[in-house]
Amino acid sequence: MSNSLKSEARLARPDDIYQVLIDAHRDLTADQSQAFNSRLVLLLANHVGDEGVIAEAVEAAGKGL
Amino acid sequence: MSEDTAPTDFTYQPSPDQSAATPVRHPVVIIGAGPVGLAAALDLAKRGRKVVVLDDDNTVSTGSRAICWSKRALEIMDRLGVGDALVEKGVTWKKGKVFFGEEQLYAFDLLPEEGHRMPAFINLQQYHFEAFTVREVLKHPEIDLRWNNRLVGVDNKKEGVTLTLETPDGEYRLAADYMLAADGARSTTRRLLGLDFKGQIFKDRFLIADVIMKADFPTERWFWFDPPFNKGQSALLHKQPDDVWRIDLQLGWDADPEEERKPEKVIPRLKAMLGEDVEFELEWVSVYTFQCRRLEKFRHGRIFFIGDSAHQVSPFGARGANSGLQDIDNLIWKLDLVLSGKAPESLLKSYHEERAFAADENILNSTRSTDFITPKSDASRAFRDAVLDLAREHDFARKLVNSGRLSLPSTYSESGLNSPDSKGFIGQMLPGAPCADAPVTFDGKKSWLLHHLGGDFCGLYFARSDETAESLAQLRGSLAALEVPVRLVPIFPPGSDVPAGALIDSAQLMAEARYDARPGSFYMIRPDQHVTARWREADPQAIRGALNRALGKGLVAAEAEAEQEGTAA
Ligand SMILES: Cc1cc2nc3c(=O)[nH]c(=O)nc-3n(C[C@H](O)[C@H](O)[C@H](O)COP(=O)(O)OP(=O)(O)OC[C@H]3O[C@@H](n4cnc5c(N)ncnc54)[C@H](O)[C@@H]3O)c2cc1C
Repeated sequence: MSNSLKSEARLARPDDIYQVLIDAHRDLTADQSQAFNSRLVLLLANHVGDEGVIAEAVEAAGKGL
Repeated sequence: MSEDTAPTDFTYQPSPDQSAATPVRHPVVIIGAGPVGLAAALDLAKRGRKVVVLDDDNTVSTGSRAICWSKRALEIMDRLGVGDALVEKGVTWKKGKVFFGEEQLYAFDLLPEEGHRMPAFINLQQYHFEAFTVREVLKHPEIDLRWNNRLVGVDNKKEGVTLTLETPDGEYRLAADYMLAADGARSTTRRLLGLDFKGQIFKDRFLIADVIMKADFPTERWFWFDPPFNKGQSALLHKQPDDVWRIDLQLGWDADPEEERKPEKVIPRLKAMLGEDVEFELEWVSVYTFQCRRLEKFRHGRIFFIGDSAHQVSPFGARGANSGLQDIDNLIWKLDLVLSGKAPESLLKSYHEERAFAADENILNSTRSTDFITPKSDASRAFRDAVLDLAREHDFARKLVNSGRLSLPSTYSESGLNSPDSKGFIGQMLPGAPCADAPVTFDGKKSWLLHHLGGDFCGLYFARSDETAESLAQLRGSLAALEVPVRLVPIFPPGSDVPAGALIDSAQLMAEARYDARPGSFYMIRPDQHVTARWREADPQAIRGALNRALGKGLVAAEAEAEQEGTAA
């Protein structure tokens, strides 16, 4: 069964997670940031493991670009 | 000439056709004596068909070209009588390693599965492959192989093709019912017909060197991303027979191909890779840019495009010659049945359908590998590098590393020749799939399943426990009486009382593991060893229907289409 991308709020402490993401980039150059983001996307995509959900997320992320 | 080599140079001999007043007509003419044209000729000769093969040159291929021959290609060549010579001379390998920088990322083993006659891959220089195949071709009186015959003109008409050939004795013309264009990636036929060859060029250059050296690297495919000896680029090392090693070094788009080919540039590069004190000799060096592209249609009237003339891929994945051999495996039985009037013209239509589907699969895989090796954008490179970095620690990322997804045969799951699959079967052997090999016993001797399938239509029948010589004879008779005979290939479990001419599933790999068969299951196999239908029991009515479909009787007549194109070209 393929799930669909969950858009409702799921993070118990959204501000903390947001800060974790921002902090991770603090000392990085632009290139390093891109490397970091790429790794993060791959790790999370594998964790999600659902092609349908990933495809939906890709579409949602690309909206307006 | 030693046992394990074959002649590589041949002489032009004028044919009586050259002095004929009007063009002599032949049923089939093949342009190009590369691996694909030669194999096509052998397949026709095996079926007793006469064929003329024309090549603009008088030698086998030169330079660094194909080295990896896949299991399916070897199975096809085995059917054509060359398999053993190739495997004997070739270097059998199944393992590989992928490195990132100085570190090994992972190791792989291609075919841990036992019970196949042919290895997953052998490495063999294309010139050896061609020399062995020519040697076999020369044994067949049906094949008229003419060297130094260059195609320079073609007239593709509804009623036949007229070709103009240039020879050392001047030009002459030939007529053909069908012409097979096996004239390679720079196909003259394609140009003469004004056909587009669309796809993409990868903006990168690769130094491909064949190096002669005594070295004790293992018989494995080694691929490096960003090795210390070729910073920021990739590299490949692979063993061939006769102490020849294939080395690919990625150079980048800005490299100057003329400069990079020079020994004074090449030797230091190779020393950096192999070590200062390793002694080697250069056999061949070239600089390549790779592309993936194909013809929109593989058939134009009475002309069929096979091999590189129809489709071209980058070599990562070894899908070039290997897929070309599958083209001929697919086409020749169809052509034979149409020439003998046993199948309608519409059967020929399925060649494009099935092989363009396969070409798209090969192009997709080769493109993905090439994109991984040569990322096209900053983001693509960032992802690629992220995969490599993560692969050190994370298993999932190793699966994303792509240094070439090695050639596997296509399953023609969408083919109009297939019958709908019966319910309840599982596993890989669905209609359209190439048959998996397995060890069998035949006449008390060890044998292989694929030696008993192919060439003609076969009914692979898993005998019932209450099977008798009479019940088999009855089934055999009803299959043989079909419009195009289907040869019964009965198979019994080990330990049973087996009638003469039946196979035994000696390793017990076939029934359950590979074919999901039960007593009574029946597989209908095409002459190219692809499954076309299967049932839980052998129902004559269903078999007749499936045979008709496999003969293209369900396909819309291709004639109208062929006519249109014939005149347009
Ligand atoms: C570096 C490199 C590595 C490769 N590695 C592999 C690999 O490992 N595995 C693999 O499967 N593939 C590999 N390939 C691809 C493989 O070499 C080709 O797919 C294969 O040669 C195609 O065979 P072909 O018979 O279709 O064409 P070709 O081998 O190109 O043969 C065409 C023939 O037609 C003749 N010809 C051309 N024009 C005319 C004319 N006008 N008249 C008469 N004759 C003509 C030519 O002389 C030639 O003999 C590699 C290619 C390269 C470049």
